[in-house]
Amino acid sequence: MRPNLKISNALADRLFGFAARGAALLTLALLSGIIISLVMGAWPAIREFGIGFLTHNAWDPVREDFGGLAMICGTLATSFIALLIAVPVSFGIALFLTELAPAWLKRPLGTAIELLAAVPSIVYGMWGLMVFGPVLGRYVQQPLQSLLGDVPFLGALVSGPPVGIGILSASIILSIMIIPFIASVMRDVFEVTPPLLKESAYGLGATTWEVVWHVVLPYTKTGVLGGIMLGLGRALGETMAVTFVIGNMNQLNSISLFDPANTITSTLANEFAEAAPGLHQASLIYLGLVLFLITFMVLICSRLLLMRLKKNEGKRV
Amino acid sequence: MNIPEPSPAAPTKIVVRDLNFYYGKFQALKSINLDIPERHVTAFIGPSGCGKSTLLRTFNRMFELYPEQRAEGSILLDGENLLTSKQDVALIRARIGMLFQKPTPFPMSIFDNIAFGVKLFENLSRIDLEERVEWALRKAALWDEVKDKLSQNGTSLSGGQQQRLCIARGIAIKPELLLLDEPCSALDPISTARIEELIAELKKDYTVIIVTHNMQQAARVSDHTAYMYLGELIEFGETEQMFLKPARRETEDYITGRFG
Repeated sequence: MRPNLKISNALADRLFGFAARGAALLTLALLSGIIISLVMGAWPAIREFGIGFLTHNAWDPVREDFGGLAMICGTLATSFIALLIAVPVSFGIALFLTELAPAWLKRPLGTAIELLAAVPSIVYGMWGLMVFGPVLGRYVQQPLQSLLGDVPFLGALVSGPPVGIGILSASIILSIMIIPFIASVMRDVFEVTPPLLKESAYGLGATTWEVVWHVVLPYTKTGVLGGIMLGLGRALGETMAVTFVIGNMNQLNSISLFDPANTITSTLANEFAEAAPGLHQASLIYLGLVLFLITFMVLICSRLLLMRLKKNEGKRV
Repeated sequence: MNIPEPSPAAPTKIVVRDLNFYYGKFQALKSINLDIPERHVTAFIGPSGCGKSTLLRTFNRMFELYPEQRAEGSILLDGENLLTSKQDVALIRARIGMLFQKPTPFPMSIFDNIAFGVKLFENLSRIDLEERVEWALRKAALWDEVKDKLSQNGTSLSGGQQQRLCIARGIAIKPELLLLDEPCSALDPISTARIEELIAELKKDYTVIIVTHNMQQAARVSDHTAYMYLGELIEFGETEQMFLKPARRETEDYITGRFG
């Protein structure tokens, strides 16, 4: 009885190992399948425009002249501004939740922040278009325009009709959408910092800020960076909410934060259904491929950054 | 309760009076009275859960990090009540170094581990800072082992070295009092012996309080010993006296190993 049991256990173990490996390989297969089909779908556009597609600013379905520069810039700009807003706010949230909040507030507040992630993105989009955008235009852009209108660079940043849809609206909506991800990852990694490590720093007379900035953050930098990258990935790929508030206009002429623009995802959402098979559709798929590569590069950069951080760890500053 | 008269040779550094401590509703310390002499080593011994670490952690108000913990009574450090002091808690803690059960090097270089605490309160030039770091490392008997790798991460050291690094970090801010909470419980015998030598060396300049569950260690390193049980201070006196001829039956049972 016993030896048989042992054999069947070993068999089960091998089956389990096989299934686990299969699951892992399936991911790889899916990934390469997606890349291959993207490249195949985009092939006509790749052949026609080549790498110049990335630096060419044109989108003319009638003359079949396509270039993705405006959308690529729009995607990078909105994601970057979103991170600029979301990272400090998330850090503050995580710091408050782990170090400062009274015990009775921790759980409800933590849940509320996680619930932000549960709001469907289209709801954010509608809210942004109907409520937030107009408020931004009237109470932020207009005062800023009257304040900075004549200042050379800053004036240009806030120029444009105050309708409230554009790069900044999209960035702020995006930041609200990625804050729950970044904040909850930060909170989780802050929480696993050994209490003794924090007490050691407090014991030397450090303030909460000094403990978090000099001890907790360096200790958790891998996790924090991971959380930020998760947020960035989400911001780069977010479609629906951005499509609502970005304004959907391919333009690079103005540096105004309040001017409408376009991102890769919003272009795809707007045009894919109507695009005729051929160069237009292929160009859209090419855009998708570019987005895929951008996300992939962000991932690689974060890996490299982590490796550098590891290597520089402990170097004297 | 037996409160020793402070001997003229050793002025009292800390006076504890009627100290009660609560974890929520649970009372962990029951009206503790204790006089800790300056520039001596005082050991707190007792079975697990007797409150010895709790007592130690009241001296730098570390318990305040946890909202459900509170202390009543008074702890006078050089006559100033730490518990009611208006002084910033960070400034109080800077006068008191603390070492924990496990080494806790910060995730930064050996140099920065020590410079960190110094930089919080002093604005030293680079050269003065380097001098201070070397001084602290020498004091902690670690300089010769790390002088060529100050830029390496503190976590790359061995456990015993890490603990000495933490001692160096503690004394670099020139505290008056060192609190050691079972500092050798994660160390091998050789590292333990080095730390004990170091404690004997440190008491020339600092008042040292050590919590230990190792009675031999208490006997080896301390001048005075406090035996605690279930949150009460059972006996406090000179270490030799206590280990040879304890005044209380409970103490004798514990140190002879009949109990605990």
